[in-house]
Amino acid sequence: MSQDAHAMHPETSTGLDSRKMAIWTFIGSECLFFATLISTYVVYRGKSLTGPFPHAEWTSPTGQVFEPILEIKLVTVGTALLLFSSLFVVLALYGAQHNKRGMLLGWLGATIMCGVFFVSMQVYEFTHFVHKGLKLSTNLFGASFFTLTGFHGTHVTIGVIWLFTVFLLALRRKLPPEKALNLELAALYWHFVDVVWIVIFPVVYLMD
Amino acid sequence: MSASAEQHEHEHPGPAIYLRIGLVLFILTAAEVAVYELAYHHAGSGLGALLHPIVIPILLLLSAVKFALVAMFYMHLKQDSKIFSGLFVIPIMIAAFIIAVLMTLFSYLYLLHPRPPA
Repeated sequence: MSQDAHAMHPETSTGLDSRKMAIWTFIGSECLFFATLISTYVVYRGKSLTGPFPHAEWTSPTGQVFEPILEIKLVTVGTALLLFSSLFVVLALYGAQHNKRGMLLGWLGATIMCGVFFVSMQVYEFTHFVHKGLKLSTNLFGASFFTLTGFHGTHVTIGVIWLFTVFLLALRRKLPPEKALNLELAALYWHFVDVVWIVIFPVVYLMD
Repeated sequence: MSASAEQHEHEHPGPAIYLRIGLVLFILTAAEVAVYELAYHHAGSGLGALLHPIVIPILLLLSAVKFALVAMFYMHLKQDSKIFSGLFVIPIMIAAFIIAVLMTLFSYLYLLHPRPPA
């Protein structure tokens, strides 16, 4: 954060901006929220009595064959987009802090696009799974998978909306360097959403 | 800002560092998928057979490195106040503890009451 931005906030007992303290406290609480969802997924992993299964083929009692449900290639693209979006948002923040309007708008726009693509990927994935016979109530895998990735997707959607509001501020020239903290707070939330996915991706998709 | 807080709040890195970290993150993600492909889809080959028994620790390690890189450089915990690091790291430690305890508890319960045959 630039020195100008720090000079904007009133004196606090820690000497740190209260808004930044608040977002970090919120992120800390979100860690515990996702820990419960991830642990639920992990303890129920491989415990479904009926298919479809994430990595293995399943034949139902009626003889219908269900393919393994997860599509690693599609999700790898989504993961790469989310990682790139974390890079793009720090470049946008650099632009905001150093009064480089083109850099701010360009990279922030790219971040939002990556977020929109990720959410679209997840909507496609969920729809595809339902068509392949996996719903929230189908089995333990369906319940824990949709709950975990659905809550993450909701967080990504909220992040996209938040970043878009900051983008509109920047577009109206209402995000000067001394107000770059407005973007930094949204960026911290966005990075958190990214690090949660860094854990979810191998745990859910890659561990067979 | 007080002097004590200011001495913890250094300038954030520039685009060159961000790009290098981004490249490392991309390579680590590619490595994760490569490890998965080799261990599960080419388990009969030399490297696949070697990776198969240790695939989960490798994936967890790669994931932890990516997590740390994003937190340290993109979330600026390396440069910002240690108070922010505490607000993030302590809940993560509690979260890891919760996951470990639940896994142990449920493993014990499944050992006592194995699932019926499908």
